[in-house]
Amino acid sequence: MDLEFTAEERAFREEVRSFIRNSLPPALAEKTRQRIHLDKADFVAWHRILHARGWGAPNWPQQYGGPGWSPVQRYIFDEECATADAPPLVPFGISMVGPVIYTFGTDAQKQKYLPRIVSMDDWWCQGYSEPGSGSDLASLRTRAESDGDHYVVNGHKIWTTQAQHANMMFCLVRTDPAAKPQEGISFLLIDMTDPGVQVRPIISIDEGHSVNEVFLDNVRVPKANLIGQEGKGWTYAKFLLGNERTGIAEVATSKQRLKRLKDIARAEQSCGRPLLQDPDFRARVAAIEIDLLALEYTNLRMLAAENAGKGVGPEASMLKIRGSEIQQGLTELACEALGYYAAPYEHRPDGSNQPPVGPDYAQGRMEAYLYYRATTIYGGSNEIQRNIIAKMVLGL
Amino acid sequence: MDFQLSEEQTLLADSVESWLQDKYDFDRWRKLVKTDLGYTEENWKTMAELGWLGISLPEDAGGLGGSAVDTMLLAERFGRHMVAEPYFSTVILGAGLIQAAGDAGQKAEWLPAIGEGKAKWAFAHAEHGSRFALNEVRTKAVKSSDGWTLSGKKIVVWDAPSADRLIVLARSAGGDTDEKGLGLFVVDASSASGGAGVARHDYRTVDNRRASDIQFDHAPVLAVLGDPANAMPAVEAVVDQAIAFMASEAVGAMAALHETTLAYAKTRKQFGRAIGEFQVIQHRLVDMMMQVESARSLALLASLKAAAEPKERAKAAAAAKVQLGRSGRFVGQQAVQVHGGMGMTDELNVGHYMKRLMMLDTTFGNADHHQRRFAALSD
Repeated sequence: MDLEFTAEERAFREEVRSFIRNSLPPALAEKTRQRIHLDKADFVAWHRILHARGWGAPNWPQQYGGPGWSPVQRYIFDEECATADAPPLVPFGISMVGPVIYTFGTDAQKQKYLPRIVSMDDWWCQGYSEPGSGSDLASLRTRAESDGDHYVVNGHKIWTTQAQHANMMFCLVRTDPAAKPQEGISFLLIDMTDPGVQVRPIISIDEGHSVNEVFLDNVRVPKANLIGQEGKGWTYAKFLLGNERTGIAEVATSKQRLKRLKDIARAEQSCGRPLLQDPDFRARVAAIEIDLLALEYTNLRMLAAENAGKGVGPEASMLKIRGSEIQQGLTELACEALGYYAAPYEHRPDGSNQPPVGPDYAQGRMEAYLYYRATTIYGGSNEIQRNIIAKMVLGL
Repeated sequence: MDFQLSEEQTLLADSVESWLQDKYDFDRWRKLVKTDLGYTEENWKTMAELGWLGISLPEDAGGLGGSAVDTMLLAERFGRHMVAEPYFSTVILGAGLIQAAGDAGQKAEWLPAIGEGKAKWAFAHAEHGSRFALNEVRTKAVKSSDGWTLSGKKIVVWDAPSADRLIVLARSAGGDTDEKGLGLFVVDASSASGGAGVARHDYRTVDNRRASDIQFDHAPVLAVLGDPANAMPAVEAVVDQAIAFMASEAVGAMAALHETTLAYAKTRKQFGRAIGEFQVIQHRLVDMMMQVESARSLALLASLKAAAEPKERAKAAAAAKVQLGRSGRFVGQQAVQVHGGMGMTDELNVGHYMKRLMMLDTTFGNADHHQRRFAALSD
């Protein structure tokens, strides 16, 4: 047992830290601190900086253009990025569809798509959920019918994050309506610029725009864009979900949010002293800090197992449940720390000529609280995650 | 023991509900909160004609002389429909403070205009750095041969952008946190940016209401309500009445959320059946119901104790405010969760209720603040 990183891992951390310090534009870090919905150019700018250093796909093996890092190195990288307020990496290409393509795709698909994912020349989105198929994803009804060397796709996807930026979508479609629900699904790559693809924005409760509806109306998709075998899409979808299990806890981001929460509570006053010295508030901050510490070490235990080559199983659903609950708790406490200054909702750095209301640290806190209500819903709701643990881990 | 409404009260509740159902559906609400004003003058006028603005006013001021229960019935329905007109600021706070602290002449001058819908008021009390402590006031009131003037800054003054008059809690004597030395000062707020010496910064709030930060720089005072150095007893009484109102408004919002969520759980199908057939959802809806009913009980208690002796009144208000905060968060958050992605959308009313409940939690002190207040008042 050893809680410390090795000398090599510490040296790696220094390398990452100094690269970020020298390369992350301060204005971009400031914007990331204040806003949930960054612009496309912000995400791309940071990705290209990493790509120029060879870190465009930090989770990938070297043969496909990644740095070939161990799980521990990836963890260190994530933590350093979060600590520096770097924009989050867009997951759809590098974390989601990329590994599916290099694991199950044809050589032609690998050559065509992987380099463009690493360089972010393509922006991908995930065509999974449908209006009638949320938690019960396998009931999806988007149809892909064979027509020569094409599929003709018709359907309606929803909650498609950042589809407004995307030129490519990986999409679950039903190719065999007669088969059992999971067995009739295929995994298709769809060009969003093709005729028949229409994206409609959904405004969320924080008044931001990150999610969309995507309508597919007689979209002709070449059969060359099918991943693996027809009817095996559910297997690839499950692989995708299980592929990034130790990253879903969002420990690094939450540690940064905790630090920011304490900064706010040091600046705000209560009864003539900093709010952080208020015994009630301090106890609530301590409680969530303890929760986060427990999550961090649970995550590290699973990471160490992964590093040793042991696969992480469905118990990783714990990380998603606790991770999302802690994110919500932290964003909620930050709003509470602001007192009355949680109320103004015009203080947006862009699109307003008004000077901001309240202190700088108030900016974006309510937006984060509201948008993070989705963390217990997306990626398999926490109710579904508990079902997974009950069934797959506990055998209930 | 009798929790029955009188015949008149039942009639009032029914008529308020039926008007709101007719004129204040969610689609209309969405349009009106996006206007500059954030509500409509037409609704305000109707509320005056229907006698709602005068329910709590004394009969000699043209009001109905109603009880706290009458106001509670109105508040609950306002909460259910997210009524955006500045009733709370004008009638509960403005008229409430005038009644509690003003002299006979001031009451005669100002109260009838409120009941008739001709004057809107707002109460400026909060300051940055004071968090929720009503007595921590750094805005100064200074008397000279020309009369009183105010200097200092108030934040998040609800409904100030459309108010004709402000009542400002300011310090005429004593140290920053003294209970004594505070007064209620009436200031002109009617021009676009405020009267002389008054600089308003107006904004929209997360629940689509309107508020202002207001800088006072030797702003002339039109009148003083009561003793300029001993306003706290009146302020605390009116704030506790306001808490009773907010608690009832929150009950209306929570009950609407619970009903909406229950209906959704019965119709939304996944895995071949209504999600309400899953035990995890059933238990969630039961927990939401228990929160609504607890909040309802304490809102009722706060209303019935609104005119009781100060300690009893304060304990009931503090308890109701704690329950409002905790229940409001739970019910709001779980309503979003059970609705799934739909609950996250701006086009559904669920998120709007959740945001309104958060603001009701914050206004006049959150659950932590009132839990501490309750503990201090407890034996």
